[in-house]
Amino acid sequence: MAQDNLVDIADLHFGYGASSILKGINLRIPRGKVVAIMGGSGSGKTTLLKLIAGQLKPSRGNVTVNNKIVHELDHDGLYRMRRKMGMLFQFGALFTDVSVFDNVAFPLREQTDLPEAIIRDMVLMKLHAVGLRGAHKLMPNELSGGMARRVALARAIALDPSLILYDEPFTGLDPISLGVIGNLIRRLNDALGATSVVVTHDIHESVKIIDYIYLTAKGEIVAQGSPQEMLASNDPLVHQFFHGDPDGPSPFHYPTTPYAQELGLKAIHG
Amino acid sequence: MVDGLLDWFRLIGGRTINALWRIGSGTRFLFLILLNSGLSFRRFGLTIRKIFFSGVLSVIIIVVSGLFVGMVLALQGYETLQVYGSEEKLGVLVALSLLRELGPVVSALLFASRAGSAITAEIGLMKATEQLLAMDIMAVNPIGRVVAPHFWGGVISMPILATIFSAMGIFGAYLIGVVLIGVDGGAFWSQMQDAVDFRYDIVNSLIKSFVFGVAVTAIATFEGFDAAPTAEGVSGATARTVVTSSLVILALDLMLTGFMMRGWN
Repeated sequence: MAQDNLVDIADLHFGYGASSILKGINLRIPRGKVVAIMGGSGSGKTTLLKLIAGQLKPSRGNVTVNNKIVHELDHDGLYRMRRKMGMLFQFGALFTDVSVFDNVAFPLREQTDLPEAIIRDMVLMKLHAVGLRGAHKLMPNELSGGMARRVALARAIALDPSLILYDEPFTGLDPISLGVIGNLIRRLNDALGATSVVVTHDIHESVKIIDYIYLTAKGEIVAQGSPQEMLASNDPLVHQFFHGDPDGPSPFHYPTTPYAQELGLKAIHG
Repeated sequence: MVDGLLDWFRLIGGRTINALWRIGSGTRFLFLILLNSGLSFRRFGLTIRKIFFSGVLSVIIIVVSGLFVGMVLALQGYETLQVYGSEEKLGVLVALSLLRELGPVVSALLFASRAGSAITAEIGLMKATEQLLAMDIMAVNPIGRVVAPHFWGGVISMPILATIFSAMGIFGAYLIGVVLIGVDGGAFWSQMQDAVDFRYDIVNSLIKSFVFGVAVTAIATFEGFDAAPTAEGVSGATARTVVTSSLVILALDLMLTGFMMRGWN
């Protein structure tokens, strides 16, 4: 039986000028699942997320969200699609000049005609879901990194999106906040009946909550499978990534000339 | 020698293309602001907040500067006028200088330094911290929601600030000329009233300050929106706003003064 995919990416290429970032990505994200896109820094994970959100246009191939090819949508079509999408940014991207309450209320005030009393109840409900109802009067500069991430998550789910994108949600968090955010991603996905795409390189937290993993390297999908399959994989690159080996297919040293040559040792010996 | 010359041509060519590209992008950006201005008027509260941000917060510097410019004008003007026995013309000299030139130009330069740089820094930082991107992902157009209210806030504020500047300048000149030096108060005010033409002086002054307001806020918002999302990018954009705005104000002043003297025909 064909699976019902919310996001379908086929032969996706993207680059800036001559430098190619994504080279023929193919992946599917089934409805209701939490799927991780993993890979080292600079492997094109965030670029992939921006292509799903329609912020970038592919140079070849396409991204289909809810049976619509994203880069073919006009401005109104793209905004219609984004109204059913929530995104958690790496550092929250909260509006710094308004309170926590107003941050979460922002999409509700902009996208709906609901009366202020209902917006208030909805905002408090969303903040309650992330455990920060008591912090609704605080300003973003009064929040810790973990709290800011949770407020941003409450804002991302304010309109009950069907697709939630997470850009490095675990970066820079203490172990408790890490667990809280991980738990929230899973719980909110299931409670809202949403589909989640998590771009991350955090192994320990994500394997607890993820249904399926795509591993990217140098702009390509190099491996995929469930967390258990990936952890048990004998593929050298997968093993290096999931066990944190310092050297392997992904070398420790940035490509350069041989060290001896750089130090001029050849000349001395010669 | 030839290589050096070629490098020089490349440098000049590169800079020219870059400058043309920026002028083109800036003009396109101004059209985008105008196209997305509906929200600034439908939800006028957004624009009111920006009028406070760029207009009300600039009032102190405008009042103080206007007062001092008027005082200095009175001192210098009196020195020259008394040689010809025309001290009673002091009010005319000060009023026409302020209304025709100094009011719109100096207040626009101050506005570019105070409000223009603040607008660029705010929009640039919103871009650097992904707040504009977050808005766009939430299907809210950042040009309509953030940039256009800033633009109209600045455009509305500028003529008001220029008027305050000129009024304070005239008051400063009155303090020095009439109260301190002893020029006849009746002559000071009545000759000013006779010489100042509503359409030629006051309306033209308002037109100038409106045009300067459009130029400064368009440059400030474009530089902020176009800033590289780094600390250095935002600081560079802020500096460019002040420098470009100042030069554009002076160039526009020359053009507008030329047109106004010829009566727009």
